[in-house]
Amino acid sequence: MTAAASDRLPVLLSPGPSDGAGTFGGRFAAPVTYLVFCLLDILVFGLHAKGDVTFSFTPEFAKVSVPNLTLAAAATCYFCGALTLALAAARLLDVLGVARLGRVPRRVIIGVVLFLFVIALLAWAGGGQSIPVGVVNLLSGSLNLSIPIMLGALTAVVCSTSGVINIAIEGQLLLGAFCAAIATSVTGSLWLGLICGAAAGALVAAVLAAFAIAYRVDQIVLGVVLNILVLGLTGYLYNAVMVPYGDTLNNPDTFNPVKIPLLGDIPILGPVFFDASVFLYITYVLLIAIQVGLARTRWGLRTRAIGEHPVAADTVGIRVLAMRYRNVILAGLIAGIGGAYFTIGSVGSFGPDMSSGEGYIALAAMIFGRYTPLGAIGAALLFGFTTQLQSILSSINVPIQSNLLLLTPYVVTIIVVAGLVGKVRGPRAEGVPYVKS
Amino acid sequence: MTTPSPATPAAEPQAGRDRSFGEHLRDAIQDSTVTVTVLALIAAVVLGGLLTAFTNNAVLHAWSDFFSAPGNAIAKAWDAAAGTYVALFEGSVFNPHDVAALFQQASISTAIHDNYLSKVFYPLSETAVQATPLILAGLAVALPYQAGMFNIGGQSQFIGGAIMAAWLGYAVNLPFFVHVVVCVLGGFVGGAALGWLAGEIKARTGAHEVVVTIMLNYVMQYFLAYLLSSHSLMQAPGGSNSITQAIASNAHLSLIAGTHLRINVGFLIALACAFGVWWLLNRTTTGFEFRSVGANASASRVAGMNVERNWALVMAIGGGLAGLAAASVIMGTDFTLNPQSYGTYGIDAITVALLGLGRPGGVVAAGLLFGALHAGSPGMQTATGTPVQIVQVIQALIVLFVAAPPLVRTVFRLRAARARGVSTSMSKGWNA
Repeated sequence: MTAAASDRLPVLLSPGPSDGAGTFGGRFAAPVTYLVFCLLDILVFGLHAKGDVTFSFTPEFAKVSVPNLTLAAAATCYFCGALTLALAAARLLDVLGVARLGRVPRRVIIGVVLFLFVIALLAWAGGGQSIPVGVVNLLSGSLNLSIPIMLGALTAVVCSTSGVINIAIEGQLLLGAFCAAIATSVTGSLWLGLICGAAAGALVAAVLAAFAIAYRVDQIVLGVVLNILVLGLTGYLYNAVMVPYGDTLNNPDTFNPVKIPLLGDIPILGPVFFDASVFLYITYVLLIAIQVGLARTRWGLRTRAIGEHPVAADTVGIRVLAMRYRNVILAGLIAGIGGAYFTIGSVGSFGPDMSSGEGYIALAAMIFGRYTPLGAIGAALLFGFTTQLQSILSSINVPIQSNLLLLTPYVVTIIVVAGLVGKVRGPRAEGVPYVKS
Repeated sequence: MTTPSPATPAAEPQAGRDRSFGEHLRDAIQDSTVTVTVLALIAAVVLGGLLTAFTNNAVLHAWSDFFSAPGNAIAKAWDAAAGTYVALFEGSVFNPHDVAALFQQASISTAIHDNYLSKVFYPLSETAVQATPLILAGLAVALPYQAGMFNIGGQSQFIGGAIMAAWLGYAVNLPFFVHVVVCVLGGFVGGAALGWLAGEIKARTGAHEVVVTIMLNYVMQYFLAYLLSSHSLMQAPGGSNSITQAIASNAHLSLIAGTHLRINVGFLIALACAFGVWWLLNRTTTGFEFRSVGANASASRVAGMNVERNWALVMAIGGGLAGLAAASVIMGTDFTLNPQSYGTYGIDAITVALLGLGRPGGVVAAGLLFGALHAGSPGMQTATGTPVQIVQVIQALIVLFVAAPPLVRTVFRLRAARARGVSTSMSKGWNA
């Protein structure tokens, strides 16, 4: 890695000294991490599992019932551990160059290892319990919890691809939640609340864009400061106006789940994917729009151009700054919708700091998802899943302190960002202000 | 900042000797970073005032009959904003009533013995007490900033230091001076361990420190809740509150201005640390390496410096400083550890460091300013009903304006000049 090259490549995850060779990170991080998962599967869960575990696939009030699945808990853990060991070995051979794997199999392996880990964890937790582990509840819960993270991650992807680092997602979520709560409480209209939430996200994005693009402020510092500003502002307004006038200003309705006809009746998948809040459907639409838009349309090509090589883009007549403004502000709308989910989508009333770091998790999801909309959504789902898993585990009396369970999503994020992702190359001009010369 | 590039001659219009003193003075004022900072302060204070005025109950009612009594609404708005700032000032610098009371005393000795004197200095003492952790935590952000690391894990490092300082404070029995030293060092080590962890993760795997430190903040927050939830861990015996035992009186930081003022040795430690950081950065090889890595990591690597080791080291020292901030709170004012101990220090540290432009002297000044805001805010809330969060808003606004000198120049119609803020030094993205 020469000096010049590294200056031109402001990648999010730095390549380390010399492409990771010789350090712990780099090459052996993935196999070693898998081995750790394998040992956890066998030594922690397998040795302590007892009895049988029952997985139930039928939600309450379902028309079609699917039979429950009962497995021996310890054997399941050992099986998962053995499979993980095999995958670790395969990845090690890949690293050593004996048997090369493609990019797709490598990513599939990450998914499978995590999936096996979860199965082992559930087998250990549910082993010997009379209550079955509700798979549908687990999946639909994690899908719903992921909504703000997924929308935040989509925002991050659009901004980063355009060459602007958006750390202010946290602030966009929080202000979106706040404005949606107030607007819905005052007007009584959920859709107006949703629009106001989106507008609030765009407002933060507009400030970010103005400072980052016109005044060329360091974008990481700027994002963090904007987050502090929104945190302080919403906290202040909450105490100044929402607490005294709680009934009129902080008492919004929430969206009811909408069931899509036919699709919603499919066993297992139906209740998970097609019987949910309108926010989830918005997420589907945005995901498809952005994935296709970035990869297949003129807008996508230009967006990638201004993020990779703004000078070249400018030369062929793309208005770099205008396009960055537009993309950042439009992306802000998405994060604002994600924020609105906190209040008018799930909880109802606004509370200070209710986004609790999910904007930052969205950023981590973008990195883990390698700057692609689909990847970011997948990573966001993983984080939502750990959160939901945590709440399910505490509901079936797993002998772990609830505070330790609460910190798992954050530990998982660190492990994922540090160990599993490896080298990610972001857009070249990410975070570099464009100065027309 | 780290690399203040020299002013280009072209940008200096006819710099020469045929200019009057007035022109020189005007240039000096327009050019300086201090001017921009002061103007940023003014802009933030004005915006904060507007915010308080337009969310105040009485003012909102006055606006509703604006057309019948327009003067009333504006007067009420002014009262609300001015009242907030006057209350802030009285709580943090001096209260005229107390000063008047001092001078009404018959003799000096009664004035001193009846605590009239300490009452006069009480706001200033509170400002120093509040500024102590802010300065230390601000240094915890400013030092890594010089090495190109953005440490927003002040909260996790604070908690790490607090756990160590509190545990050493109540679980160990040592003579007076030794106990204080052990606890302070423990706080440093507790914070340094977490800072080092973030730096080491970045050095080894390349994971960006912003993401890692934020995640560590949440991890430590729940970990502290876990420690405080069981008697076998750190919860005080005989109760169900999430709080530790009080630390031994031998581990208290000594008061330095009489028993009625809370100002303690911690403030002197904070000033000493600021000097120490300045000395480290400007007078040692290590500090030179830090600044070099911050200015250009690739060039430093080519020059033979171990960039990764510097990242881990600077984060460890920074984390240690945040741990000292925790020690100053636990051993100076709180004497126990509970889930409220870490407050908003992690966030305040960022604003302090950015307002201080990442320099130790600036951090002390910014720490004192924000310490004053913190010291005045509880009194302000009781006197005027303005929520204390206004302080956080004002802090963020100040930093936002300081970070964008061109904006301040546009607003106040200053000429573009060589003054540099936080902005221009680091606009290079996720510094890889």
